[in-house]
Amino acid sequence: MHLLVCGGTGCRASESEQIVENLKSEIKNLGLENDAQVVTTGCFGFCEKGPIVKIIPDNTFYTQVKKEDCAEIIREHVLKGRKVSRLLYEDPETQKHIEDSKHMGFYQKQMRIALRNCGFIDPENVDEYIARDGYAALGKILSEMTPEEAIDILKKSGLRGRGGGGFPTGLKWEIASKNKADQKYVVCNADEGDPGAFMDRSILEGDPHSIIEAMAICGYCIGASKGIVYIRAEYPLAIKRLKVAARQAREYGLLGEQILGSDFSFDIELRYGAGAFVCGEETALIHSMEGLRGEPTVKPPFPAEKGYLGKPTNVNNVETFANVPAIYLKGAEWYSSIGTEKSKGTKVFALAGKINNVGLIEVPMGITLREVIYEIGGGIKDGKKFKAVQTGGPSGGCLTEKHLDTPIDFDNLIAAGSMMGSGGMIVMDEDDCMVSVAKFYLEFTVEESCGKCAPCRIGNKRLHEMLEKITSGKGVPEDIEYLKNLSRVIKDTSLCGLGQTSPNPVLSTIENFYDEYLAHVTERICPAGSCKALKLYTIIADKCTGCTACVRACPVDAITGEKRQPHVIDPDKCIRCGACYEKCKFTAIHVQ
Amino acid sequence: MNKIKSLEDLRKMKQNLEHGMNIREKSNEPESLVQIRVAMATCGIASGARTVMNTLVEKIEKEKIPAVVTQGGCMGYCYAEPTIEVRVPGKDPVVFGYVDSAKAIEIVEKYIVNGELLDGIIPTNYKTINDKN
Repeated sequence: MHLLVCGGTGCRASESEQIVENLKSEIKNLGLENDAQVVTTGCFGFCEKGPIVKIIPDNTFYTQVKKEDCAEIIREHVLKGRKVSRLLYEDPETQKHIEDSKHMGFYQKQMRIALRNCGFIDPENVDEYIARDGYAALGKILSEMTPEEAIDILKKSGLRGRGGGGFPTGLKWEIASKNKADQKYVVCNADEGDPGAFMDRSILEGDPHSIIEAMAICGYCIGASKGIVYIRAEYPLAIKRLKVAARQAREYGLLGEQILGSDFSFDIELRYGAGAFVCGEETALIHSMEGLRGEPTVKPPFPAEKGYLGKPTNVNNVETFANVPAIYLKGAEWYSSIGTEKSKGTKVFALAGKINNVGLIEVPMGITLREVIYEIGGGIKDGKKFKAVQTGGPSGGCLTEKHLDTPIDFDNLIAAGSMMGSGGMIVMDEDDCMVSVAKFYLEFTVEESCGKCAPCRIGNKRLHEMLEKITSGKGVPEDIEYLKNLSRVIKDTSLCGLGQTSPNPVLSTIENFYDEYLAHVTERICPAGSCKALKLYTIIADKCTGCTACVRACPVDAITGEKRQPHVIDPDKCIRCGACYEKCKFTAIHVQ
Repeated sequence: MNKIKSLEDLRKMKQNLEHGMNIREKSNEPESLVQIRVAMATCGIASGARTVMNTLVEKIEKEKIPAVVTQGGCMGYCYAEPTIEVRVPGKDPVVFGYVDSAKAIEIVEKYIVNGELLDGIIPTNYKTINDKN
């Protein structure tokens, strides 16, 4: 019997390391060492209900386990075979406990390729990776294929870059391989910056060897002997596991000189980023690695021609690399049979927001938003109504009810006015104000703009100010046109992807929720009731008994009236704190 | 650690390591495997269910039989402990009573591998907890 305990950042924050210790010591106390083995794995994806403990072989899935629960799990489940039902996952719809992960809606629709080993193997044990065909793809390529043949397989698989742009990976490798140079570089872009996205971190934490193997494969294909992982310093656990993995790979001779008896030599090193969003852009990333300011430059020359230290460099994102070994093991035909016509394979999404099952999911391309939200995500929290889902982070846009049945792939999302991005998916319900959502993303881009181009540096700031004006109830109808115009200018005149896409959240919310913007600037109300400044508190005279409870609660003396007579609120004095609303026993306060 | 010097070495190493991951690989496809559930309530354990379970696990690993052994709670046949339930895909589950190590091996060899019915089946049309709802 194996007890798998999630050792991802999320679950560790809820003391999963202590859980591992307690489980082990209880097993020892009861002398069950031969029957049960505790394994720390990577992320299971079901972060909403972490820490997770999964019991193998019956797939019992315990959620929100506390360190105090460990003794009970061992005594009841391991010793006597009785499941601890209070720790089982409860289906949000039927309120029934679900005994194993195979029957959970969250896992049923998923297809795990990039996450194949996350939550399954111990990421700090290279033997478990090898037991699952680890490094077999590298071995096969080194002994049986020329670089051209290997690139050809990748091209046929249809894999496209998972970092956001969706550029065909095989083609990228081919271009880099054709450029002649004495030294070339393979770079893994682990500078994951979208708010709410954590797929790259989870892969590095849960399956670091798959990235090392894929980088070595890439090195062989393009003719590079050096690999660099550019990773943000704020991912300490991912860095630690990557270092452990690289050390183990070196000890086994899977990195270093003459790998697996071939003439190919390859090794990797780590470079830490300071966590700047713009460094996810490949030219900015390369400059940051060179010790320069993380600012993008004009392409061409593309990194495949002149990249790190002026040498041909191939940059791929973590999730892209994670797919590579699986493609070589199972074949291009297998991979290209998954997904849609132009987007092959699967995509990992970080599901967040007002949804029941928050977490990390991997689904085949072409799945609909409805399946993701209602079947995997378990529907909207508290039975509220679905309003929109934001994809693509600060560069993306919103999809609404009319897009629920659109198959998700690179091209369909762009056609719908959003983008794949790195795969953040934030679900919003009827209580979310779309103007505020756009404002939130602009806040992020204003902070993260590197400042090189004026349209991005100044324009985004102005966009943010304008949105602030609208949400604080001072907007006028002309502001909407102004927002649209300025957005177009920023998009057209910025150098890199950051500026070219940063107005997308504004344009997309105006496009899909024009009425909501209009309500803010004409009637001065926030239909979702979320903009504090636009709330209007009034007293319903018929219901007011004149008890004066609200008068005493009001911090700014905005409420006046005679005792036992209906009171009134002075809207000019009112600061919309809601204290009167909470105090009133007769539901006489009306909020608009 | 010794360096792995060829693809052949890597493949050999994989074969040796596979064993430890077997239980996890199998759990990925529970429906296509024979499921053996050993009743491990107090009475079962007292009558030697743990030994039976270990025998089963060893036997299955040794013979590379596509089966998975799990623990179950009390099945209610306390007079016939240790009891085990065997679910062969596509067949109704069968419960065997008075199972000791020798019987366990017989069940694997005759019932699971060859599909022969054996003595010791507790004849009743019962349902497992999983089917009740």
